[in-house]
Amino acid sequence: MIYTLCFVLFLIGLYCAITKKNIVKIVIGLTLMEYSANLFLILLGYRKGGVAPIVSENMNITEFLATSVDPLPQALVLTSIVIGLGVTTLAIAICIRLYEKYGTFDITEIRRLKG
Amino acid sequence: MNMALLPSMVAIPLGIAFFTYLLARKSSILADILGNLATFSILVISILLIKTRGVYVIGGWNPPIGINWVLDGLSNLVLVVVALISFAATIFSTRYMEQYTARYKYYSLFLLMVGGMNGVILTGDLFNLFVFLEVASVASYALVAFGCNHEELEASFKYLVLSSIGSTLVLFGVAFVYGATGYLNMASIGGIMATGNQNTILTVAAVLFIVGFCIKAALVPFHPWLPDAHPSAPAPISAMLSGVLIKALGVYALFRILFNVIGLNQLYGTLLIVLGLLSMTVGVFLAVGQWDFKRLLAYHSISQMGYVILGVGLGGYILATGGSSSVAALAILGGIFHLANHAVFKSLLFLSSGSIEYSTGTRQLKEMGGLISIMPVTRTTCSIASLSIAGVPPFNGFWSKLLIVIAAIQAGFHAVAGITILVSFITLISFLKVLRYAFLGELPEKLKNIKESPALMGVAQAILALFCIGMGLLLLPGPREFLLEPAVNALIQGVEYARIVLSGS
Repeated sequence: MIYTLCFVLFLIGLYCAITKKNIVKIVIGLTLMEYSANLFLILLGYRKGGVAPIVSENMNITEFLATSVDPLPQALVLTSIVIGLGVTTLAIAICIRLYEKYGTFDITEIRRLKG
Repeated sequence: MNMALLPSMVAIPLGIAFFTYLLARKSSILADILGNLATFSILVISILLIKTRGVYVIGGWNPPIGINWVLDGLSNLVLVVVALISFAATIFSTRYMEQYTARYKYYSLFLLMVGGMNGVILTGDLFNLFVFLEVASVASYALVAFGCNHEELEASFKYLVLSSIGSTLVLFGVAFVYGATGYLNMASIGGIMATGNQNTILTVAAVLFIVGFCIKAALVPFHPWLPDAHPSAPAPISAMLSGVLIKALGVYALFRILFNVIGLNQLYGTLLIVLGLLSMTVGVFLAVGQWDFKRLLAYHSISQMGYVILGVGLGGYILATGGSSSVAALAILGGIFHLANHAVFKSLLFLSSGSIEYSTGTRQLKEMGGLISIMPVTRTTCSIASLSIAGVPPFNGFWSKLLIVIAAIQAGFHAVAGITILVSFITLISFLKVLRYAFLGELPEKLKNIKESPALMGVAQAILALFCIGMGLLLLPGPREFLLEPAVNALIQGVEYARIVLSGS
């Protein structure tokens, strides 16, 4: 169920990136897609009512393994959020430059190339 | 001992990228020197590493816990190709980039891109692959927009949007694989697949990977960004993008994951063949009508990538259906060899177009003409590259196309072989047009005063032209065992990859 919602978020992002005419909205669509991927990764490692994945000395390892959440996806998501930040920053910088050149954010008016 | 050199393939470009940005702000000559030094040293190291095989474990954490870098035949071949093309591109840049300001930023981004590509090629970990993929991609978005003119910004934005969608799909694929197997290490996943475990989730992941990497490689249903992005970039960057970036990020990563991690079956093989045929034909028909030199070359990149995918996909299909393994090896050899050849001749073509643009100030074929008397070096290199891409013997493009055609006929795919030859003829027509309009005919009045482009640019072109002529020799029994044979074996071994990597560490 919750994975379906994650997929819906992805589709909203894709829809936004494909159909919107405003380039800033396209960038928002891209970030939405990235978030859905991050959310999906987090959900993979999540366990309802799980404990934090930190091992201390007087802990039963098997019980710990059965109850803790998976720490690896969190590390991955941290990395991918940083990457996403870089991509979004560059995209917005290009948007600003495009606005300077064309005087518009409308993708239908930014059409010098034939595609 | 040689394995200790492996991390420097990524560390040198990333480190020098940092120092170029820091130190070469004031002096563009220092930026030139640092850039060329970096690419020259990775070229030397990649050649030193040719006979080395092995696994480098980062930080001493053994897989599957830690990240490992794997050097096998295929990564070896692609590393050498990337290093060679980037070396030629930086030599060319020293004079060509005089037209632009902020050269330290250019070299910094350039080396980031090279470092990212080397990382993608070497890594043995899925998430690590995604990270390096993004490093190289982000640097290339910025490089496409480097001129900051109308077209460049627009092309870069289009490229960024499509390519980010591709990256997100790849990230989803990584997540699916992790959810299904609990591993991120390619070898460990391959080990699970080798036990005959068929999982529908992994099929979903494979489809996500195929779509994601096909966007990066600009195969035909996903190609619209390429003909805008590649011509808009400065010429050495076009050469890098068309020559190696779409291969390292798209095709190489796709092959690595399909063959060695998920394991090839008939479905994926058919898919690759169909994608290859589509790219070949659509790309070449779109290319014939172009009058902008660099756009024409960009469309040919799509078409030639079709050959690579077709050759390797054909090999994979034959392997998966249990056909003759020698035919499969021949098809894969053709595909891989064409990958290397295309890197050389397409980069040479883009450098030649850059050299023509540098002298004449135009990219439109109709505005050129009669350059034969003025630009003898560019004319020679451009003709050599054109004949190579069209598949005229004895240049390198001929041999790889010949191998693909022979393999297709031996495997009974006569229609495929026919299409391959047809596309090759159309490529020839299209490049005869280029040579006719650019170099023959009357010299236009306003181009009377132009000169041949600077000598250093000529040197870069000459290096690549020599490779165009000589690379056919790689197929001879002696040299073949150095580079091509191990690359083919790396793919054919399939999920056996796991055993070799895990035992080697």
